[in-house]
Amino acid sequence: MTQTLTPWDKVQLARHMQRPRTLDYIRGLCEDFVELHGDRRFGDDAAIVGGVATFEGRTVVLVGHQKGRDARENMRRNFGMPHPEGYRKALRLFQHAEKFGFPVICFIDTPGANPNRESEERGQANAIAENILTMAGLKTPIIACVIGEGGSGGALAIGVADRILMLEHAIYSVASPEAAASIIWRDAAKAPDAARAMRITAQDLLELGIIDEIVPEPSGGAHADPTTMVATLGDAIRRHLNQLLAFDIETLLQRRYERYRAIGQYEEDASGILHTVN
Amino acid sequence: MKELIQRSRKSFTVVQSIEADVPENVWIKCPSCRELIYHKQLAERMKVCRCGYHMRLTAREWLALLDEGSFVEYDAHLRPTDPLGFVSPKETYIDKLREAQRRTGLTDAVVSGIGSIEGRRLVIAVCDFEFIGGSMGSVFGEKMARAAERAAALGIPLLTINTSGGARMQEGVIALMQLAKVNIALTRLAAARQPHIAVMVDPCYGGVTASYASVADIIIAEPGANIGFAGRRVIEQTIRQKLPADFQTAEFMLQHGMVDMVVPRSELHSTLAKLLRLYAPEGRAAAHKSEPIATALASV
Ligand SMILES: [Zn+2]
Repeated sequence: MTQTLTPWDKVQLARHMQRPRTLDYIRGLCEDFVELHGDRRFGDDAAIVGGVATFEGRTVVLVGHQKGRDARENMRRNFGMPHPEGYRKALRLFQHAEKFGFPVICFIDTPGANPNRESEERGQANAIAENILTMAGLKTPIIACVIGEGGSGGALAIGVADRILMLEHAIYSVASPEAAASIIWRDAAKAPDAARAMRITAQDLLELGIIDEIVPEPSGGAHADPTTMVATLGDAIRRHLNQLLAFDIETLLQRRYERYRAIGQYEEDASGILHTVN
Repeated sequence: MKELIQRSRKSFTVVQSIEADVPENVWIKCPSCRELIYHKQLAERMKVCRCGYHMRLTAREWLALLDEGSFVEYDAHLRPTDPLGFVSPKETYIDKLREAQRRTGLTDAVVSGIGSIEGRRLVIAVCDFEFIGGSMGSVFGEKMARAAERAAALGIPLLTINTSGGARMQEGVIALMQLAKVNIALTRLAAARQPHIAVMVDPCYGGVTASYASVADIIIAEPGANIGFAGRRVIEQTIRQKLPADFQTAEFMLQHGMVDMVVPRSELHSTLAKLLRLYAPEGRAAAHKSEPIATALASV
């Protein structure tokens, strides 16, 4: 099945209503989850959930976008599209993790940051920028898992990490295929073409050197067997977390620095010799 | 105000065409008040009309902020490639790059280097909206990151002049990751205790505002500049409502606490000079003297 899926098929799978969500992974993998609410500045955004829990006998901080399972929950969760207060809640939890020495595990699943008037008034760009900067220097290990849709800056705002794992049919993109199609093709109906051109699949991102590992999904996709999916991702997180915990913080931060610093492709020097760094 | 902005967008190419190779005796029509201005006079005023309207500047035109002859360009040898083999309906990404390079004389959307303002050295990086909408791809990200590392290594401030439509779609998720790349480089500048001053000019959106520009130590916006995360049109389509005329202007951003000040272009040089004096080593307590941070990755 995997071999025959087009990028557009994967977009549909990544957005499937019955796909396991952040809270399914947290509840399936952790014990004693205590959800923490609010950004202490404006409000509590249900599009991002977070808190503390025990994972493999160790306290961790968990943060993720939360989409709804039905229309009503999607309204409450705003389809997993955070406002600035959602990102600022995440920021607070990242700093909390650093303070108490807890590793951070993030679950990415959003169409993007919410584009509306209130978000702009409360500084959506600033909220995302602050998170990216804080995660860049956070003195504790961070693992990010793309479990569904990785929608642009709204995803990256909880996605700067030491390890990035991606489910087999998840997508991660600079813009939604629909938005890219309407900008570049001037026709939103060309979204399947844009999905292919932008190289948004887990397989593409592994090849481009952006992610560390593809986590296989059960036959038919994550929603076909959520229990197996949760366990498989749990195994991968455990393995990477154990590797990261072996580094002292200085080494961890240096490696994180080099990881992000090296992403990009350009030609350098006058003779035009291609240097690929990534 | 809204009308003014819309009009300015329409006459955008006319305004920009005064940059280079213009024949003598060219008169430019102000998109706001429609008065004709002699191009040399307009250049002297850094393209601000008598009516107060701020026209867009190219990256090279912005370098007039620096002491005459002080600018040395760095990283001019970085050139974009097509990392995805982007398949698009009309022109290829490479064709699009070549066309933009030919039209602007730039290799990509950022010009960076070292210069001085009233004798104080600083690293400067300027975006050019004319190059594929000032979009942020690998070369943009790499130049900004190197600028931050260079400022950290030399122990001098970083000044960025920012205008961009967002991340460069044709470089996909690699473009998105440039937001993280530039911000992580800024952690070195912070460790060196050197300020990052960001000037946001029209228009300033997406990847740039969602990364380095919005976490600058000091943020200056130009009067009337459109600044935000998502574009006005995207928001209007999402909420199915018209937005007020002043939405996402520099003044709106000031009112909502997102920028430190709105400074007319005519006062920008003196404002920057004052800030550079205030953050200079002689003004700082011994314990907070800045220290250059060696970074293996920066080619100083
Ligand atoms: Zn005028």
